[in-house]
Amino acid sequence: MNAIETLGAGVIQQFAYVGGLTEQFWSGLRVLPKVLPVLGKRGRWQTAIRQMSAIGVAALPMIGIMAACAGLILALQGAAELRRFGALRYVIDLVAVGFTRELGPLLTAIVVSGRSGSAFSAEIGTMMVTNEIDALRTMALDPIEFVVAPKYLAAMIMVPCLTVMCNVFGIVAGAGFMFLSMKMSLVVYVRYVADSILLRDVLGGLLKSVAFATIIVHVGCMEGFRVHGGPEAVGRSTTAAVVKSTFLVILADLFFTAVFYLAGMQ
Amino acid sequence: MTQPIISVRDLSVVYDGNHRVLDGVNLDINPNEVLVLLGGSGSGKSTLLRHIIGLEQPTSGEVLVNGVDINHCSAKVLKDVRRKVGVAFQEAALFNSLTTEENVSLPLRELTALADPVIDIMVYLKLAAVGLGEAGKLLPYELSGGMKKRAAVARAIALDPNILVFDEPSAGLDPIVSAELDELILFLKHAFRMTILVVTHEITSAFRIADRMAFLYKGSLIAVEDKDSFKADPHPRIRQFLDRVPDHITENAAVQEHLRELSGMAGVAQ
Repeated sequence: MNAIETLGAGVIQQFAYVGGLTEQFWSGLRVLPKVLPVLGKRGRWQTAIRQMSAIGVAALPMIGIMAACAGLILALQGAAELRRFGALRYVIDLVAVGFTRELGPLLTAIVVSGRSGSAFSAEIGTMMVTNEIDALRTMALDPIEFVVAPKYLAAMIMVPCLTVMCNVFGIVAGAGFMFLSMKMSLVVYVRYVADSILLRDVLGGLLKSVAFATIIVHVGCMEGFRVHGGPEAVGRSTTAAVVKSTFLVILADLFFTAVFYLAGMQ
Repeated sequence: MTQPIISVRDLSVVYDGNHRVLDGVNLDINPNEVLVLLGGSGSGKSTLLRHIIGLEQPTSGEVLVNGVDINHCSAKVLKDVRRKVGVAFQEAALFNSLTTEENVSLPLRELTALADPVIDIMVYLKLAAVGLGEAGKLLPYELSGGMKKRAAVARAIALDPNILVFDEPSAGLDPIVSAELDELILFLKHAFRMTILVVTHEITSAFRIADRMAFLYKGSLIAVEDKDSFKADPHPRIRQFLDRVPDHITENAAVQEHLRELSGMAGVAQ
């Protein structure tokens, strides 16, 4: 009976978590126009710009290095099999399609989750501990509008941009491999890449990246809002933010890939 | 008879189904008075304060602020009520990325349509009122503990509320700075005719500023009276609190259990 009770309590807890996340998502979406330039409240857009710099610009070097490494790994692994059939050229398809559809959005989401998801959680968690969130509420200010919405807008703009850059770095790394192994020129390589990827691959990848940005921001912020107690709770919340958002990103990736596959888009 | 500005009726708060933190609390706070809420650690002071400022929903009972039941009103009405209640938190709760004057101007910029020059003047006046006229450009980490609390007060009075709530204003301050903050509380009461609720366990400070005092013990209010009556109150828990008498350590059940465990372990070792 105890085991069933524990299981039931766990399931209810998870449903409550998803419910809270959904509620926060809709609240965030509702107040998003207040962060937009011209239409929004004064000062809010500047906050979003600062967030864009933190989420996007600061993450670019790490994304670049990781994407280049992943591009080379993919090319090397692919080449090891394909050269046995004399089909080394298809490494280009593997890298280009692999990055635009899958690796670009996923790698970017993992990096952003580790860097920014944990930072969101730590920032809001600290604000909870020091009563800053309570202070906002007592001043009749909405913490979702004030704290979450600028992050959400910034992530929705910057994560797709980072995904595009990740794709570029990964594909360029593939070009390096093809030049070294087959002496293929960059012009020929780019022509092959253009032939192998379709616009829907790129758009599908960007759609995924927007969904991943939504997950990372809302899980990070939610974990921050759930902080109670002292500074050690902030540490726990940052770990939970990264673990949960990475897990949910992979689940969402599976969902999107399955939908695209069933819809005949891949 | 004066209509109370804050009225708490039969307020009960139960956490996790069985942990009763507040038990049928009734409290009226009259206009332009300073009411000090006293009580030991874990007595429910902070919980009562969080319900009075509308940060939590009670299990039962109601809280009326300026005549509005804050737990059963629309979000818009609650927003209007909150604009008339300023809160100065224990740790000041200033936003670290904003300067002192940006912290004070925040509610004005967010909740009013005032032009920037008007806001700047209002911010200077509020900072000057709490003695921080020259500290507007400083960031919170550049302020001392006392200055942070003053800055928090300036932000709390930015929208000219008629109610001001202080959570442990003297905590972490030396006696001189604490006395200065007490003076500030009295100044605000007289200058702006504010109603002030102070939650504290600092007895000296409480007697300095209070018109009336309330004492909370294990979630129940056991006294609400003027400070002279409170000083002479014969209730054993109030006497213990005012005379600073500790609970005898061996009367604590958890300590007794721990001691029993230790003596058992000693027996095994022998």
